Amino acid sequence: MASSFTRMLSSRNTAVMLASLGASALATGYLMTDSGVTAEQRMKMYPPSADYPDLRKHNNCMASALTPAIYARLRDKRTPNDYTLDQCIQTGVDNPGHPFIKTVGMVAGDEESYEVFAELFDPVIKDRHNGYDPHTMKHPTDLDASKITSGMFDEKYVLSSRVRTGRSIRGLSLPPACSRSERREVERVVVTALSGLKGDLSGRYYGLTDMTDQEQQQLIDDHFLFDKPVSPLLTCAGMARDWPDARGIWHNNEKTFLIWINEEDHSRVISMEKGGNMKRVFERFCRGLKEVERLIQERGWEFMWNEHLGYILTCPSNLGTGLRAGVHVRLPLLSKDARFSKILDNLRLQKRGTGGVDTAATGDTFDISNLDRLGKSEVELVQLVVDGVNYLIECEKKLEKGQDIKVPAPLVQFRR
Amino acid sequence: MWAMFLGCSSAAILKLDLYGSVPVFVQTARNAIMTKNCHNDYKMKFPTDEEYPDLSAHNNHMAKVMNRELYDKLRSKSTPSGFTLDDCIQTGVDNPGHPFIMTVGCVAGDEESYEVFKDLFDPIISDRHGGYKPTDKHSTDLNFENLKGGDDLDPNYVLSSRVRTGRSIKGFTLPPHNSRAERRAVEKLSIEALASLDGEFKGKYYPLCGMTDAEQDQLINDHFLFDKPVSPLLLAAGMARDWPDARGIWHNDNKTFLVWVNEEDHLRVISMQKGGNMKEVFRRFCVGLQKIEAIFKKHNHGFMWNEHLGYVLTCPSNLGTGLRGGVHVKLPKLSTHAKFEEILTRLRLQKRGTGGVDTASVGGVFDISNADRLGSSEVQQVQLVVDGVKLMVEMEKKLEKGESIDDMIPAQK
Repeated sequence: MASSFTRMLSSRNTAVMLASLGASALATGYLMTDSGVTAEQRMKMYPPSADYPDLRKHNNCMASALTPAIYARLRDKRTPNDYTLDQCIQTGVDNPGHPFIKTVGMVAGDEESYEVFAELFDPVIKDRHNGYDPHTMKHPTDLDASKITSGMFDEKYVLSSRVRTGRSIRGLSLPPACSRSERREVERVVVTALSGLKGDLSGRYYGLTDMTDQEQQQLIDDHFLFDKPVSPLLTCAGMARDWPDARGIWHNNEKTFLIWINEEDHSRVISMEKGGNMKRVFERFCRGLKEVERLIQERGWEFMWNEHLGYILTCPSNLGTGLRAGVHVRLPLLSKDARFSKILDNLRLQKRGTGGVDTAATGDTFDISNLDRLGKSEVELVQLVVDGVNYLIECEKKLEKGQDIKVPAPLVQFRR
Repeated sequence: MWAMFLGCSSAAILKLDLYGSVPVFVQTARNAIMTKNCHNDYKMKFPTDEEYPDLSAHNNHMAKVMNRELYDKLRSKSTPSGFTLDDCIQTGVDNPGHPFIMTVGCVAGDEESYEVFKDLFDPIISDRHGGYKPTDKHSTDLNFENLKGGDDLDPNYVLSSRVRTGRSIKGFTLPPHNSRAERRAVEKLSIEALASLDGEFKGKYYPLCGMTDAEQDQLINDHFLFDKPVSPLLLAAGMARDWPDARGIWHNDNKTFLVWVNEEDHLRVISMQKGGNMKEVFRRFCVGLQKIEAIFKKHNHGFMWNEHLGYVLTCPSNLGTGLRGGVHVKLPKLSTHAKFEEILTRLRLQKRGTGGVDTASVGGVFDISNADRLGSSEVQQVQLVVDGVKLMVEMEKKLEKGESIDDMIPAQK
């Protein structure tokens, strides 16, 4: 016993300790290898510098902000749900990025990630959101659709209007980190709330797991169905785990209000319709969101939100409003004008192809939407899109008549 | 009291697991350090029914074995490095499988996984490896002189010969779980070990990071280069993390001995050459492996091995010898014969296309290799390939002459 005791003191080897307790059966597993490294031993053997990722070829916000000093301070921290820095940044390490497109390169596993790893999230948020400083600045939330003016577009140009955002359920981990039970709980909470919607918002839920072929085809035809993520940005962050468990789509009978459950966020909320009535789209958006919030609160749940970051979502790029308001608009002449990009920039708008992010435009029809998410309220952003798209249409009309157009002055980023 | 014995800086309590025979090492201090992917304590707050995966559409070994009782028994456990049941099975949950092909559906994150999650791995090992029992012993035989023949396979039919295996380095966790620091440490040790080889084994290491375009093209032309995994089976198990950090390829100047570092296993070792001299290929394989092992042992990081499972590798399908010895052989007539599959089964061989696993054959040329990995030795498995391929080439020749091969059909080996 004495010799085992000495060995016990000189080595932290768990196996040896067990053997000396006479737990021979228990020890079998550990004695099988005398180099069974415990988690704690690993931490001591490998200082943060040995784990520091190679980011020399990387071009994303995380790689721009991370330093060995920050990594050293944060590597061994954990959120209350045990999410780590390495997990937050894995997607950014695995996806070096694109020379022209700067991706974010990190995600949150839970609400507390933004706090525990603030030292890295804050500069990333600043980089992505035009200098917004979560430490000192406050984000305004405003879902009063009545404030929108001139929200009806010329339907000769605007083919459809759409507003989307995301919402997370406080107390449950986010898609990169959630366990199966948490994900199923999110589904339960949201679907229960949605079943309480009435009038033009009443609808039904289609779970991905037991969807019939017919339902699936209908959802594809309506362009509602979302698929298992293939983008490595999402799969490397662990968001496709256990697919299609607890994933689904809910939409109202009129097909103008749609919710995605457990895709990249707990929920994605989309209001849309053909034509140019952005005001009505936004009005339904706000009404639906507020009603869903009321229904989850009835059962003791709430959305993740705070006054610095606004609505908390998985990707830092969607913090604040998480709102993308946009139209599909025909701009055959303007899109060929050399000043098109500059005009969009100054109006704080972005163009995408009609397939959404990372697609090319078909013909002359573009998806035009707001660039910003954080630091301006929902009403401000939608108004910005309304004013901006109206301006683009005015330009198009001018070009049709052979008149010249002007590049507008750049908009102010946000109030300090 | 136990914390004092352990001498750990964090308050760590050893708790005996009620169900299993392996204690669970529970760390209670909030700043206690465990490695990545371990938020099991948090998940334990949710009942088993809520966490149990939906395996109703699944067809893999893990799904066949898994049930609520087993999940309940194992979900609270964790290996010393923090690998959990969910970590083992994630790839099998995410990849329901194929109606015709039975994938394994789980991986090990470290050497201890096979012990801590015995109740999961043992039945899978038995199913996958022909009824191998938890009490069976596996024999290792890397003495190439024990191979009979193998130097006279007809090169008009046998285009190339190859033997591969994998090795894991003791003291490091495996590709599904390892940190960047560990992966780099494996690479460093491997480079050192390989750099010390000489004679027919003298060669060079090409790290994937910083490879020149010229080097890359050459490695592609030699069919040596491995790429970032695209198979969802590997991706879902986390094996492509941090790519291409600490990954690389080493080969000797003769291009007959090749080592992959940090792909699906710590090391994959390959001996190959054109033609049918499997004896020579196997000799070089055994000699090279033993030289490499000696160097790792000197650094107190020998290969993971035990007398029950043989060489311990990431995927349970590669336990035992981890050996796939095979040839590319022209069998255009035999491959269309009604009894081809039967012959292969009896010879304990399997066929693949010339692109490797999950590819089709081109021009009647097949990749024929041993089907077994666990329960027979390296020599025995390569012997089966040598004898089996020799027989099949003779059958092919007979069929070319329009003769029957019915009297040549072998008995089950």
